[in-house]
Order: sequence, then structure tokens, then C-alpha cells
Amino acid sequence: MNKQTQDSPIVEVQKMSKNFGTTQVLKNVDLKVQPSEVMCLIGPSGSGKSTLLRCIAFLEQYSSGNIYIEGEMLGYNDDTDIRKLTSTNELNHVRRNMGMVFQQFNLWPHMTALGNVTEALVRVKKLSRREADEKGHAILKKVGLAERALHYPAQLSGGQQQRVAIARSLAMEPSVMLFDEPTSALDPELVGEVLQVMKDLAKDGMTMIVVTHEMGFAAQVADTVVFLDQGEILMKGSPKEIFQGEKPPRLEQFLKNYMDRNAFWE
Amino acid sequence: MLDFSTLLPALPVLWEGVQMTVLLSISALTLGLIIGTIMCTARLSNSTPLRILTKLYVSFFRGVPLLVQLMLSYYCLPLIGINTPALPTAIVCVGLCSSAYITEILRGGFQSLSPGQKESAIMVGLNRLQIVAFIELPQVIRLTIPALINEAIILVKASSLISVIGIVELTRVTQNLAASNFQPFEFYLTAALVYFILNSTISVLGLWVERRINSRSIV
Ligand SMILES: Nc1ncnc2c1ncn2[C@@H]1O[C@H](COP(=O)(O)OP(=O)(O)OP(=O)(O)O)[C@@H](O)[C@H]1O
Ligand SMILES: [Mg+2]
Repeated sequence: MNKQTQDSPIVEVQKMSKNFGTTQVLKNVDLKVQPSEVMCLIGPSGSGKSTLLRCIAFLEQYSSGNIYIEGEMLGYNDDTDIRKLTSTNELNHVRRNMGMVFQQFNLWPHMTALGNVTEALVRVKKLSRREADEKGHAILKKVGLAERALHYPAQLSGGQQQRVAIARSLAMEPSVMLFDEPTSALDPELVGEVLQVMKDLAKDGMTMIVVTHEMGFAAQVADTVVFLDQGEILMKGSPKEIFQGEKPPRLEQFLKNYMDRNAFWE
Repeated sequence: MLDFSTLLPALPVLWEGVQMTVLLSISALTLGLIIGTIMCTARLSNSTPLRILTKLYVSFFRGVPLLVQLMLSYYCLPLIGINTPALPTAIVCVGLCSSAYITEILRGGFQSLSPGQKESAIMVGLNRLQIVAFIELPQVIRLTIPALINEAIILVKASSLISVIGIVELTRVTQNLAASNFQPFEFYLTAALVYFILNSTISVLGLWVERRINSRSIV
């Protein structure tokens, strides 16, 4: 992928830590995500992958350190000595170019696929119903769901629901998209269609941070793979470095477990 | 045997009683829904004082019998210089009492929604008000309609209590007619029938609304 490293990063995480009560679940995390970069976060269960992603979305408040989205400080005002939460308006402003896709899809069940995609176009972007519908149809077509626009979530398969969720995010024209295990809730035969949509996005130059257990996807699509263990970044590198190079024992073990679990032929 | 011949001349008076019952029920229910929605929002907010206040509110209006509330506001408030005309007092008392139950009904509805729906709404930039109005409320209404219909029916029946502060609604009219005609059986039977018809109407209306909403989306 052609990275423009001279550009300023879209997401920058500096010495960020996160506590839940007295337990520290993220320790001194540093990350930079450049435009069009695809970054995959891997790591054992409970290592803090979701928490990191949710801090970047400010669905969780981080405890210390800084996060910048396109150069703007996320969630806090840092002008004074004491750090204060920004207003909801400011927060939404900094987040306006960020999309997020969840493991459980989180579609709104009382709206059709099209309704899910167009709701924010009408309410936030203030498009007319007609413009929004037009745009909604186009985006649903892009994720292969042109025929399903008027179906309700309960009438769609898991893979289709997740593609609607991606379309809903895409409609807002984000400059970075966060994915938290987007295929983990899916039946194995439905994983492929969702990964394909994500691959297409990556090819179109979307900046993406993807928490995933799909090592194949990470190896094929990621520019950078980050291995998180017990709240710390143990290794960061290209897929080649992560999967084939020298690595810390914890990563070795993690990948070995993955291989053992997925091997079906010796 | 039963003799309904005295019923006919009594019909206009009876009709006025029915109108009063309906007027009071509709006003009190509207008030209850509005205050209940506001209370529920406060009950689910992040602010601890607001939460405590609404909890107290709910336990007071659920914990004290409506009859006692009516007596207190109609007979006791004037003693401390607050003059309370009968009809507004009745509407407010019944409405507030009902709002306590409605608060709890709606709270159950809001809390049954998965928190993820709200997070995805936040991430596309909807603000708090839009999330309540367009994402949560439509689902909450659908989930709570059976319970709200129940509440409406209880309210219509509870409205018979306001006869104690001298408002001439269906029960009070019936009492008067039964006494003056010496025919308790005929008149109370008629009142029973009227209440039954009123509440059946609400019930049918509720089912119709429920069916309409459900036919437009499937969960
Ligand atoms: N709301 C919370 N309150 C307290 N502890 C939490 C909370 N959310 C997460 N944790 C803890 O933080 C740690 C990291 O959790 P997180 O969900 O980020 O892990 P993860 O890497 O996403 O795991 P998985 O692969 O299972 O999704 C875990 O030990 C978890 O128990
Ligand atoms: Mg997780």
C-alpha cells in the first residue's frame, strides 16, 4: 500500500493508559496511524484490544496520556493544569470523521437496512430524505446489499447485518474506521463476505484500525500489525516481521496457539 | 325484578358523569405520560442527585394511596393557604400518581435495549436528544405498550376515587341516582357496564396500535 508517511497521522496515541478502578488495563500505549494505513491489533483475550479501540473512539475515557484525531486532542481540554472533559459538542466534532463497526453489529432493529444507513445522513448531515435514500442505496449496493435495502435487521443474516453496519458507518464518509472483531460473531461461512468488504475498503485507501483474530486477514491486508499483551504493546511491525521474523516469546506462544487451533492437516 | 324504567330520564345526568370521567382520565394520563417520560430520563441520567430525587418521587407516589393523596391535597393544602379547586387537584393527583408507575414502566423499556445500539448511534454523530427520540423511544414504546395500556385502564378505574372530593363523575353520579331512586342495583349495574365498555375500548385501541407498530417492523 502506498503510504504517505510525510502526512500527519490520522490517529496518534501518546503514552496512553487506562484504568478500570484500580486495575490498569492499558499501559503507556503509543500508536500512530497514517492516512490509508491498515493497522491490525492482535493479542490474547483480555489483553485490552477492545479497550484500546474504545478509548480511541472515546466510548471509554482514557486515564492518562493523549489521543489526537487528525491533530485534535480527543475528549479532554488540556489548556489548563487540570485536565477537563470537553463538551459533548466538541467531542462529537473531533470524532466526526471516525466510524466504528462492532462485534455485535449494533444495528437499530426498528429500522430497515436503508433506515439504518440514512438516519444519520438526515439527522446529522441534514440531507433531505430523498438525497439520503439515494446515497443510502448507493452505499448498500457497494457492500453488496442493493436487494436488501428494505429488509429489517431481523430478516438478514449475520454477515448481511454486519455489512449494513459497515455501510452505516461509511455513509458518514469517515477518514478512519475502527473495527472491533467484526467477524467474531459470525458463522464461519459468513466471515468471508465481511472480510471481502473490508479488503475492498482497504484497497480504496480507507484508514482502518482492526481488532481481529483473523490472522489471514492481518497478513494479507495490514500495513502494520500490533501485538498487545496484558495492556502493553509487545511488538509492532509489518505482517512479515510479526509473522515470520524474530519475536518475543509471548507472541510466539500466541501464534502457536492460533496455529494449533486452526490446524486440521499435518 | 330489575326495573330500568327510571334509567331513561337519568341518562343525561349519567352522560355528564361519563364525560367527566373521560375528561379526567385523558388529562391525567397525558400529564402522567409527560411527567413519566421526564422522570424516567432523570432516573436514567448520570446525575446522582437527579436519580435520588426521582427515586424518592416514585416511592412517594407509589407508596401513598391515591385516596389519601387526594384528601391531603384537597382538604389539607388550603389549611396552609394554598387554595386548590377540585378538578385541577384531581387531575394533578391522578396524573402524578400514574406518572410514578409510568416512570418505572418506561425505565424497564429503556434498560432492556442493548447499550451497543446507543454506542453505534453516538459513533455516527447523533446527539443525546436524537438518540432518545429516534433510536430509543420508538423501541421503548413498542415494548411497553401492553404495560401502558394496563396503566391507562387502572387509571380510568382509579378516577372513581375522585368522587370523594366532590367531583361529579360516573361513580358519584351513580351514587346520587341510586340513592334518590332507591334502585342501587340498576344504577350500579349500569355504571359497571359503562366502565367495562370504556376499558374494553382502551384495550381494543391498544391492540390495534400494537399490531400497527409491529406490522411495520419485525424484531
Ligand atoms: N467496563 C470494564 N470494567 C472493568 N474491567 C473491564 C471493563 N472492560 C474491560 N475490562 C477488563 O479490561 C481488560 C481488557 O479487556 P478488553 O475487553 O479490552 O480485552 P480484549 O483484548 O478485547 O479481549 P477479547 O479478545 O476477549 O475481546 C480485561 O481484563 C477486562 O476484564
Ligand atoms: Mg474485545
